[in-house]
Amino acid sequence: MHFRRARIPLAVTLSGATAALCLTGCAATPDADTVTVLNSATDTAEHAANQKFFDRCAGPLGLDVEQISVPADQIASKALRMASSDSLTDILELDGSELPQFAETGGLRPLDDIGVDTSGFSPGARSLGTHDGVRYGIARSVNSLALIYNKDLLARAGLEPPTTWEELRTTARKLTTGDTYGLAFSASPNADGVYQFLPFFWSAGGDEARLDNGRGEAALQLWRDLLTDGSVSRSVVNWNQQDVNDRFIAGRAAMMINGPWQVPVLSAQDKVDWAVAGIPVPEAGRDAVPPIGGTVMAVPKNEDTARERNAAKVLNCLNTEKNQLGWGESVNNVPSRTAAARTYAEQNPALAPFAELVGTARSRTARVGTRWPVVADALAGSFQSVLTGGADPEQALRRAQRQASAGK
Amino acid sequence: MTTTGTAVSADPANPAAAAAPPGPTGRPGRGRLFQWLFIAPALLYMAAFFGYPLVRNIVMSFQHFTPTTYFTGEAPFNGLDNWRAVLSDQLFTDALWHTAVFTAGSLLGQFTIGLALAVFFSRRFPLSGLVRAVLLLPWLVPMVVSAVVWRRILDQEHGILNTALQAAGLVQDGPPWLSSPSTALFATILVNIWIGIPFNMVILYGGLQEIPRELYEAASLDGASAWRTFRSVTLPVLRPVITVVLVLGFMSTVKILDLILALTSGGPADSTHTLGTVTYQLSFLQLDFGRGAVVGNVLILISAVFAVLYLRANRADFGQGK
Repeated sequence: MHFRRARIPLAVTLSGATAALCLTGCAATPDADTVTVLNSATDTAEHAANQKFFDRCAGPLGLDVEQISVPADQIASKALRMASSDSLTDILELDGSELPQFAETGGLRPLDDIGVDTSGFSPGARSLGTHDGVRYGIARSVNSLALIYNKDLLARAGLEPPTTWEELRTTARKLTTGDTYGLAFSASPNADGVYQFLPFFWSAGGDEARLDNGRGEAALQLWRDLLTDGSVSRSVVNWNQQDVNDRFIAGRAAMMINGPWQVPVLSAQDKVDWAVAGIPVPEAGRDAVPPIGGTVMAVPKNEDTARERNAAKVLNCLNTEKNQLGWGESVNNVPSRTAAARTYAEQNPALAPFAELVGTARSRTARVGTRWPVVADALAGSFQSVLTGGADPEQALRRAQRQASAGK
Repeated sequence: MTTTGTAVSADPANPAAAAAPPGPTGRPGRGRLFQWLFIAPALLYMAAFFGYPLVRNIVMSFQHFTPTTYFTGEAPFNGLDNWRAVLSDQLFTDALWHTAVFTAGSLLGQFTIGLALAVFFSRRFPLSGLVRAVLLLPWLVPMVVSAVVWRRILDQEHGILNTALQAAGLVQDGPPWLSSPSTALFATILVNIWIGIPFNMVILYGGLQEIPRELYEAASLDGASAWRTFRSVTLPVLRPVITVVLVLGFMSTVKILDLILALTSGGPADSTHTLGTVTYQLSFLQLDFGRGAVVGNVLILISAVFAVLYLRANRADFGQGK
């Protein structure tokens, strides 16, 4: 997905979650001094990095932290199964866009009740963990999307990275030669594609609560124009963000829309010399409105309030300026505290555009809450049908709005 | 007859009578009990692992079953709301149609090619064993891995398939296989055929080995042509095996999910959504388990209809004391 790496949803989730039966998942109540965490750090390095920060915080408090890691697309179903058998972990780390669904259940403890401090966080990061005005989740670091470009190809063509849509179209056209497209983005019908469409949709004034408000059409038109110009491959409707990165590294795209989670892969190769720029905006002088992404940590309600308090202590420690900065650097994400984000941008000038973008970024669920998955599907349907020539932008968004409000 | 106990003391010369279980003339209650005891494990197993989930799924489709249910255990009944919402959704109707086309196309392709290969390999020739083993590969590779490879092969611009077609001068511009709504379903069917061929081939090959050679000898004495022999000897004798292959193939194809998620995620423009992907989307992305269950039930119903047809066909094939 959009916060770590692309991955393929597996049928495994199906078999796992259909059974609410407690067969193997019933663990005994963990030790009073142990704080358990459910997260998606299945990657060994990521798991170890997480453990390092957990230990750093838990050690002085006389606590241990135990991680339970499952693939990111299985977190929700795993958490639900644990909830049904009363065995949820003390800390639950979810994708920000999944938080409302869990907050809505009433099973999460409001963070203010247990003294988790989020003063000094950027507004975007705060909204990522908020549902109906109550803070349930805390994000250590956040990410967004930017324009990543091939420095050599742009220099050779004598071009600067585009800042407006008009420039994006002309630059992409000029950069398209032979086997290389000017631009690549993901327009797949799942979370990846929707995440990539949002910076264009929102910057144009589109509204996820009223998809057919007459503003979002411009974004669809831009994507369609880029395709008909031949500056973007027709296969984008099939590409996830990982595919886009692969194309860029193979030199088949001069620019791409992508996020900071690609940085490790980009840094590990030396074929393409790359740099990061902001997301182009409809007209000069307007702010880009990209989506804010990342995971949030929440505390499920527990009859044993001591466990909740321990979890809160660990969360507060993980989110000190110093720890956020260290964590942000280890995962190439921007710390959610404004002050830490500033330091991060100074220390990582190459990724500074991301730090700037998250300043104006918006949460996907701030306006539509638990209805986001339905809205996201409708939005995906709209750009897919426009890109494949099945509908014009107005038709597509009218249909999407109908779809999003059906069976409310 | 008296009780077994007295039989033992009354007739010590006949230990067999003592050891024998109560016969049909013994106490009927006890015999019945023993019968049930033997059936019980199977019954319990069926009830727990097939009956319970099935009933749960049906009940769930009439409930407002959301993440909240997992926390509170409460799932209020909402009558036909879920059914109405799902059945009135254009996506469901489209998915139903896609599933039908996908299943029919896949079975037709898998079976025809599988049967042709099985017949081909039933003649012995050098290296046939090796080639047969190689043909099994698609079956052994995990579905998701095949899907990733096929996505590359079918890439419109750089895929091997289009490059080959263009080099052969068959097409000017490569077809947009997975990136156009008009071809994507066809492309996914092609991939699924490739995956299903080995299964069809292996089972049919096994069936072919069972056909007595005398039948073929008799046919050739009668002067039957190769085609005539195939039609009048091979196909009729192979019929039970063909039924098995088609029904099993149907069951695994109609609920297709992983292949499509990995190839297209249901796109472009919903053109490859099947009942499997719709139920996945409803239950695991939108977390609306009630509506997901509706689609699941439709799938179960379709499978059940075919299971009944299968059982009847089986009875016709095996039931007449063959």
